[in-house]
Amino acid sequence: MLKINNLHVKLEEEDKQILKGLSLEVPAGQVHAIMGPNGSGKSTLSYVLSGRDGYEITEGEATLDGESLLDMEPEERAAAGLFLAFQYPVEIPGVGNMTFLRTAVNAQRKARGEEELSSAEFLKQIREKARNLDIDAEMLKRPVNVGFSGGEKKRNEILQMAMLAPRMCIMDETDSGLDVDAMRLVADGVNALRGPDRSFLVITHYQRLLNHIQPDVVHIMSNGRIVKSGGPDLALQIEDEGYGDLLAEAG
Amino acid sequence: MTQTPDLDVREGVDRETVETVQNMGSYKYGWDTEIEMDYAPKGLNEDIVRLISQKNEEPEWMTEWRLEAFRRWQTMSEPKWAMLNYPVIDYQDQYYYARPKSMEIKPKSLDEVDPKLLATYEKLGIPLKEQMILAGVEGADAAPAEGRKVAVDAVFDSVSVGTTFKDELAKAGVIFCSISEAIREHPELVKKYLGSVVPQSDNFFATLNSAVFSDGSFVYVPPGVRCPMELSTYFRINAENTGQFERTLIIADKGSYVSYLEGCTAPQRDTNQLHAAVVEIVVLEDAEVKYSTVQNWFPGDENGKGGIYNFVTKRADCREARAKVMWTQVETGSAITWKYPSCILRGDESQGEFYSIAIANNWQQADTGTKMVHLGKNTRSRIVSKGISAGQAQNTYRGLVSMHPRATNSRNYTQCDSLLIGDKCGAHTVPYIEVKNTSSRVEHEATTSKVDDDQLFYCRSRGMDEEEAVALVVNGFCRDVLQALPMEFAMEAQSLVAISLEGSVG
Ligand SMILES: Nc1ncnc2c1ncn2[C@@H]1O[C@H](COP(=O)(O)OP(=O)(O)O)[C@@H](O)[C@H]1O
Ligand SMILES: [Mg+2]
Repeated sequence: MLKINNLHVKLEEEDKQILKGLSLEVPAGQVHAIMGPNGSGKSTLSYVLSGRDGYEITEGEATLDGESLLDMEPEERAAAGLFLAFQYPVEIPGVGNMTFLRTAVNAQRKARGEEELSSAEFLKQIREKARNLDIDAEMLKRPVNVGFSGGEKKRNEILQMAMLAPRMCIMDETDSGLDVDAMRLVADGVNALRGPDRSFLVITHYQRLLNHIQPDVVHIMSNGRIVKSGGPDLALQIEDEGYGDLLAEAG
Repeated sequence: MTQTPDLDVREGVDRETVETVQNMGSYKYGWDTEIEMDYAPKGLNEDIVRLISQKNEEPEWMTEWRLEAFRRWQTMSEPKWAMLNYPVIDYQDQYYYARPKSMEIKPKSLDEVDPKLLATYEKLGIPLKEQMILAGVEGADAAPAEGRKVAVDAVFDSVSVGTTFKDELAKAGVIFCSISEAIREHPELVKKYLGSVVPQSDNFFATLNSAVFSDGSFVYVPPGVRCPMELSTYFRINAENTGQFERTLIIADKGSYVSYLEGCTAPQRDTNQLHAAVVEIVVLEDAEVKYSTVQNWFPGDENGKGGIYNFVTKRADCREARAKVMWTQVETGSAITWKYPSCILRGDESQGEFYSIAIANNWQQADTGTKMVHLGKNTRSRIVSKGISAGQAQNTYRGLVSMHPRATNSRNYTQCDSLLIGDKCGAHTVPYIEVKNTSSRVEHEATTSKVDDDQLFYCRSRGMDEEEAVALVVNGFCRDVLQALPMEFAMEAQSLVAISLEGSVG
């Protein structure tokens, strides 16, 4: 599904290299986790994959189902099935959450040459998915992320993910700032979406999310690179021992 | 979990906006109608003023009123205080009267109107048949299928083509007709109120209008009557080199209510055209008037060529106690906009509101705002202005809030937000505040922001293209004002916001 090969990325405005030869492959149907200390470049990776401005790719490539992602506009990547749940979801004053989602859903359908979702069908779907994430009608009406608590913002990202039904889901620290109940809701939301045609790249700081979302592979990222990959045990090891030894051993 | 119908409709509206952006070219009203016209000779003098009066079959007092204004105008000069930059206007190089030949003998009803004229309005989407308007229009499939009637007065260049639902309105006692007809048929009302809100000598453009106005709409709502439908006037400039000078007079008698809509378009031409209108509203005791405008005159092309010069004087006089007026405007068109719909809050406890969206793209210049003049005790006013600038445009909010010594315990709240798209445009806020008593309070909040790259990226990462993203963010910015508009206008306004910002990013 997602293949990243020797990716080098620097900031456009500054002479600062952030990703330094990152390689990663997430096959269809698998859940991969990326863990790593703050500042190792995890968010940068997620932004570069989804097409944010401000970065320069100096070497390497990234493909989704064999198609080069890096030449596409952000909306083309979305239509191709890529989704990023933001670490810091953006507020859009005055734009109803529901309007936003409906515009997004139909934009993607249009880009793929599909019929628009009727409003009845859209309402049915969003109500059901919102209920599962414990998002009430009030929150659907409120402007996108404005005045949302940290947990509400994160659940809202997962609602968007559920409605857009992407094939490649990247989640950037969706668990930070969530209490135990909210984390369970998010994890249930993600698990409900798991399937043979859908893959996940779950960026997280803590092992606890991975108790709820069982990863197939865990990668440790440091200083712009994947320094170690392994099974779910690797996350447990980090939880117990911290990054210190592991990074020393790798570096 | 229940969904309010209102929300569902608005959902549909926004979706339509997005479609509109994708499906439309730029200014979609830029075509013209080929029709034989009668023109008055070019230029302006007393003979032309007399000719206009004669064409409208006006009584002597009206001719004199016009001449008085014309003589006054000759002593006046164009105001220069606005932040507007345009070449000198040669007032002798214009036509002041243009009428379709077929209108020479006044059609008695719409059935007799030249089919070409009717087709023009049909193409513009203006219903001149007396039909129900479905509040939901196409595309908004979740809309309640509840029929609504809107009466229309259609003004084509210098003349009113026809007015719909006149009979049904007459049954309720409401007079809705062209101003030229009102001058002939209801002289006592016209004499009493014309010029009573905007005097002949008010300002250069209003005085010019007083001399040469050719047509416009007239509304009288009798005491205690709630007008049974929305009233609207649709102005269309078609003829080349012809100014449009319409005059609207609305009188809401004691305890009455009326909601009035105004729309306007013009063909795309590379010369500038002059438009100088006057709107006067008289609101008596306990009456309420809502006046909504979607102004979409041709704004000029992306190089700043052509477009309408729009100099408009609009004023409402809340003449008696508890009178209420609400102006809502969406200004997306015109090369130059000079316009300050105002409220004179004369009656005690009277209220004035002004909601405005002004968009200036490419080389457009807008200097617009309002005046809230508090004369009566316990008067209230509220101003919400959203200015959006893109391209090389300049957008100025200019507003006056004045609390007179007698206007004790009065309040004003002003919120004035500017949004910039790109870095070659400008936004300016010029508030004038005068408080001449100690018990009144004026609150003013102003913000200026840029369309945020993070917001655009967030939208795009969800699948919207850049123009959809901008339209969505800008519509969000304007939401408070869009919600003040009647439903049909809100839809039109949303798509206009999107269309007028085309090409502003990327
Ligand atoms: N726009 C930016 N400007 C300056 N520094 C940046 C920018 N984006 C990322 N960085 C820097 O790049 C490094 C990686 O950041 P980030 O990708 O956010 O890491 P993580 O998500 O792993 O904590 C950090 O040192 C961060 O300060
Ligand atoms: Mg991060």
